[in-house]
Amino acid sequence: MFDVNKSMQTVQMNLIPNDVSVRAETPLHHVDLATIATQGAQDRNIKIQELALLDHLVLRGHADNAALTTGIQSVMGVSLPINLQSVEKEGQVIRWISPDEWLITTPHGTGFALEQQLRNAISTHCAVVNVSGGQTVITVEGAGTEEMLRKCTPYDIHISNMPVGKVVTSLFGKAQAVIRRTGEQQFEVVIRRSFSDYCWLWLQDSCREFGFTVKL
Amino acid sequence: MFYIYCPYCEEHREEEEFHASGEAHIPRPSDPDNCTDAEWGEYLFFRTNPRGLHHELWVHGIGCRKFFNITRDTVSYEIKETYKIGAKPQFTHAEEKV
Ligand SMILES: [Zn+2]
Repeated sequence: MFDVNKSMQTVQMNLIPNDVSVRAETPLHHVDLATIATQGAQDRNIKIQELALLDHLVLRGHADNAALTTGIQSVMGVSLPINLQSVEKEGQVIRWISPDEWLITTPHGTGFALEQQLRNAISTHCAVVNVSGGQTVITVEGAGTEEMLRKCTPYDIHISNMPVGKVVTSLFGKAQAVIRRTGEQQFEVVIRRSFSDYCWLWLQDSCREFGFTVKL
Repeated sequence: MFYIYCPYCEEHREEEEFHASGEAHIPRPSDPDNCTDAEWGEYLFFRTNPRGLHHELWVHGIGCRKFFNITRDTVSYEIKETYKIGAKPQFTHAEEKV
């Protein structure tokens, strides 16, 4: 018979090369944020930063399964967030994506260890998939950020509807993005690699009337 | 533009995030090998086109990516209800069997 635990233990492989000679390029590599950061005024209201090369894990499982929730609790020290919620602890973020899906981000280089810990701690049917290469995280903050982001998504991001910690998958322009509020005028957007150029241009255009500075 | 209630996200979301996927409650024949061509053709290709209440499959594609059902009035476009896969609709025709 198919043994879930056995099969999970035999497929562990680090998808992120440890070899430093392999050059890692974020989905916004071509934008050259380092150069943009040195250009123009440095005191603009809106600050944009790419949280480049974080490790991203997708977790699938049943939220009503105690083995999943206790496994997460023991490894990450937080409860699995429910509908449209997120939790953050020591640089690790868990975002609710759907009733059986979460997106976890963790600092660069720590993803594989976390993946192994999760697989060992979760004694029930689940999936942990490394999707680090497929997407990146952009943070936007500063006065006017909410007003600027209203041009990017049809979702009502007013603080009464989207308090700090709430996360939604919605449209960003015509592309899909995972948008999370991290402060009153502070948001985080997870965008896909294939849409990164489009999203970056859209964001840049939306910021035009406010002005923006790139932080590194 | 209007809002649709996603039963999985449990809130109203912009219509643009959703996509219609045809008629709901079409069971796959339990024994395809012993279906007549007519039965299989009926399952694959034939759909109702009612005036009034219609049960439809929709997907919250740019959101939680879950499929769910909508009961919609094809005359007024009014959405009567949205409900999860596996649940029964509250609004049905008297002669309907869902
Ligand atoms: Zn949804």
